[in-house]
Amino acid sequence: MSAIKAKHQRLILVLIALAALIAAGLLAAWALRNQASYFYLPADIAAKPPEPGRAVRLGGMVEKGSIGKGPDGVTIFFAVSDGKARVPVTFRGIVPDLFKEGSGVVADGSVDANGNFFATNLLAKHDEKYVPREMKDMSEAQARQMVRQTR
Amino acid sequence: MIAEFGLAALWLAAALAALQLFAGALSLTQRGEGFGVIVRPVAAVQGLLALTALIALIVVFMRTDLSVKLVVENSHSAKPMLYKIAGAWGNHEGSMLLWVTIMGLAGGFVALVERRLPERTMLATLAGQAFVSLGFYAFLLLASNPFARLAEPPAEGNGLNPLLQDPGLVFHPPTLYVGYVGLSIAFSFAIGALITREVSPAFARAMRPWVLGAWTFLTLGITAGSFWAYYELGWGGWWFWDPVENASLMPWLAATALLHSAGVLAARNALRAWTIMLGVIAFSMSMVGTFIVRSGLLTSVHAFAVDPRRGAFILVLLAIYIGGALLLFALRAASVTEGERFAVTSRESALVFNNVMLTSILGIVLMGTLYPLVTEAMGEKVSVGPPYFNPMAAVFVVPMVLVLMVGPLLRWRADNLARVRMSLVVPAASLVIAAMVAAVLAPGKVLPIIGLALAPPLAIAALMPLRGREIRRVKLPTWGMVIAHFGVAVALFGMASDSAFTSEKLVAVHTGEAAAVGPWRVTLASIEPAAGPNWTAIEADLQASYNGGAAHGLHPQSRSFWTPPQQTNESALLTRWNGQLYTVLGDQTADGRWQLRLWWKPFVPMIWFGGILIAFGGMLSLLGRVASDLRRIVARGKIADRREGAAR
Repeated sequence: MSAIKAKHQRLILVLIALAALIAAGLLAAWALRNQASYFYLPADIAAKPPEPGRAVRLGGMVEKGSIGKGPDGVTIFFAVSDGKARVPVTFRGIVPDLFKEGSGVVADGSVDANGNFFATNLLAKHDEKYVPREMKDMSEAQARQMVRQTR
Repeated sequence: MIAEFGLAALWLAAALAALQLFAGALSLTQRGEGFGVIVRPVAAVQGLLALTALIALIVVFMRTDLSVKLVVENSHSAKPMLYKIAGAWGNHEGSMLLWVTIMGLAGGFVALVERRLPERTMLATLAGQAFVSLGFYAFLLLASNPFARLAEPPAEGNGLNPLLQDPGLVFHPPTLYVGYVGLSIAFSFAIGALITREVSPAFARAMRPWVLGAWTFLTLGITAGSFWAYYELGWGGWWFWDPVENASLMPWLAATALLHSAGVLAARNALRAWTIMLGVIAFSMSMVGTFIVRSGLLTSVHAFAVDPRRGAFILVLLAIYIGGALLLFALRAASVTEGERFAVTSRESALVFNNVMLTSILGIVLMGTLYPLVTEAMGEKVSVGPPYFNPMAAVFVVPMVLVLMVGPLLRWRADNLARVRMSLVVPAASLVIAAMVAAVLAPGKVLPIIGLALAPPLAIAALMPLRGREIRRVKLPTWGMVIAHFGVAVALFGMASDSAFTSEKLVAVHTGEAAAVGPWRVTLASIEPAAGPNWTAIEADLQASYNGGAAHGLHPQSRSFWTPPQQTNESALLTRWNGQLYTVLGDQTADGRWQLRLWWKPFVPMIWFGGILIAFGGMLSLLGRVASDLRRIVARGKIADRREGAAR
C-alpha cells in the first residue's frame, strides 16, 4: 500500500466516492420512475387506468348521495367525481373530520381489475389554513375548475 | 410598545451583523488588522439582541396583544399559557425569529469561548457567520416581520392549529432548530478555513465539539418529532417520509458523516477537503430544508401561511450561500494539500465507507424529496412515499451497518482483519441465528427480516471496543461512540419489529363489547364527555388486558376545539416492556356503535429509546472532548505560571 502516492490515493478515493454517488443517483432515478405514485383525476382513470395494485392518488369531489356504509361499521363506499367521470371507492378506516359529500378529497390507494378504487388513506380539507397540497386547488367546490387547475 | 422594542432590537442586531461582517473582512487585510478586536464582542452583542427580540415576541404572545398581526393570526386569549409561549414559534415568522436568534447566540458563543483556531481563521469564520445571519435578518425584516401591527385590532385571535397544541411544541422546534442552525457554525468554520487555507487536525479538533453539539440536538429533535407525529397524528406510524421529515433527516445524515470525517481529520490529518465539503453540505441541507418547508411548495402542519414571495426570497438566499460556498470550495480545494495515506483495511477506510454510504442515502432522500416538485413544474403531480424510500435507504444502510460492526475495532493507518477476528465471532454467530429466527417469525417480510437480523449482532459488536479494556479507564468519547452505536442497533430493532410484528384491528363496537388485538383484549367500558381549557371531547374508557391479565385503563379522545373549530383524535398509549398498545377513538355509527382503531406494536418504543441513546452518546463524547480541552488549557496555564516564576 505504501507504494501508492498520496496523490493517487486521493484520486482513487474521489473516484470511488463519485462512482458510489452516481450509482446511488441512477438507482434513485430508476426507482422514482417506478415507485412514485401519480395523481389521477376520475377522468384520467376512465381514459387510461393505472395497472391494478400500483399505488396512486385519486383526487376529486365526493359525489352527492354516494356515501354508503358497510355492516361492520368501519367500511365506507363512495364515488369520487370530477364532472366527467366517476370512480367507486372503498375505504376501511376512520374518516377525516371534514370528509363529506360534495367536498374535495384525495385518496391514497390503488385500483383493482374492475376499476374499483381501494383507498388506504383519505386526505380531506382540514380548515382554511391547513389544507393538503393537492386540496388547495379544490377549495372552490367546482370540479371543472379543479380539473383546469390541476392540469 | 413591547413589539416596537422587539423590532428595534432586531434591526440593531442586523446592523451589528453587518458591522461584524465588515470588521471581520477588513481585519483579514493588511491595513485593517486593527478591526479584528471588535469582531468577537460585536458577535456576542448581536446574539443577545436577537434573543431580546425573541423574548419580546414571547411576551407579546403571553399578553395576547391583539394589535400585533401575528398574535391575531396564531393565538387566542383562552389558550393555555404553555401554548401561548410556545405558540410564539408555532408559526412562520416566529420560527424564523427563533432561527436567527439561535444563529446569533451560537455565533456569539463561539466568539466568546473558541480559542484554538488561528486568529485569522477565527475572524474569517465570524465574518462568514455574520454574512449568513445577515441574509436571514433581511428575510425576517423585509419579508416576514413578526412584529407587524394591525391598524384595527380585532376582539379575538384565530387560535393555534390544534394539532400543535401539545407539549411537543414546547420542546421539538427549539431542539431541532438548535441542531439545524448549530450546523451553521460548521459551515462558517469551513468558509473560514477555506479563506485562510488553514485546514489542519487542530482545525478539526476545534470544529468537532460544535458539530457534536449540533448533531446531538438534531438527533434529539428528530427523535422527539417522530414520537410526536406517532401519538398526535393517530395513524400509528412513526415516520412518513414527509418532505418536512426529510428536511430534518438530510442535515442529520450530512452532520453524521461530518462528525466521522472530522474524527479522521483530527486524529490522522486525512480527508481534509472532504471534511470541509461536508461542513458546507450539512448547513446547506438545513437551508434547503427551510426552503422546502417555508416556500409554500408543500402544505402540512409545518408549512404555515403560504406566500410565494417568501419562497423566492429563500431561494435567492440559498443560491447566494450554497452557490458561493461551493464556488469558494472549487477555487480553494486544489490548494488544500493531500492528507496522510492509509491502507485499505484501516479505521480510516471504514470511516470513508461510512461517509460514502451516508452521502448516498442523503442523495436518494434529496432526490425523492425534490422529485415531486420537479414533476409538478412539468405539469404532472406525483407523490413519493415509503415504496421508494424504504428499499432505497436499505440498499445503503445494510452495508453501512455491516461495516459499522468492524470499523470501530480497526486501528488507524493499517490493520488486518485477522487481528480482530476474535471480536467478530460472536456478532457473526448472532447474525446467523437472528436471521434464521426472524425468517421464521416474520416470513416473507424482507426488509423487517434484514433489520431484525442486523440489530442483535450490531448491538454486540458495538460493545466490542470495550473488550479487554479496564472499564474505569475507558475515555468518555469511547463511551460515547459505544453507546451511540448501540443506540443504532436498538432503534433498528424497534423499526424492524414494528413493521414485522404490528397487529392492527379496526372495529365498531357497542359499549360493553370487546375486541382482540395481538395478545390484548380491549373492552369499551363507556363513553363519557370531557372538557379542557379550549376544547370539549368525548372520551372512551377502554379496559385492556394482556393475555387475560389485570385490566388497564386507556382513554382516547375525540376533541373538538373552538378556535379554530377543528376536531383532533387524541390517541391513548399503554406501554409494556415488550411493546405498546395504541388506541384511537373514531366516530359513532348510525346504529350506535363506536369505531375503534387498535394497534399492538411489539418493541416500538425502542425506536425512540435508541434515538435517545444515540444523542446521549453524542453528549458524552462532547463532554469528554470539552473536559480534555479544559485540562489542556489549565495545564498550559500552569506551565506558563511556572515559567514566569522561574524567570523571576
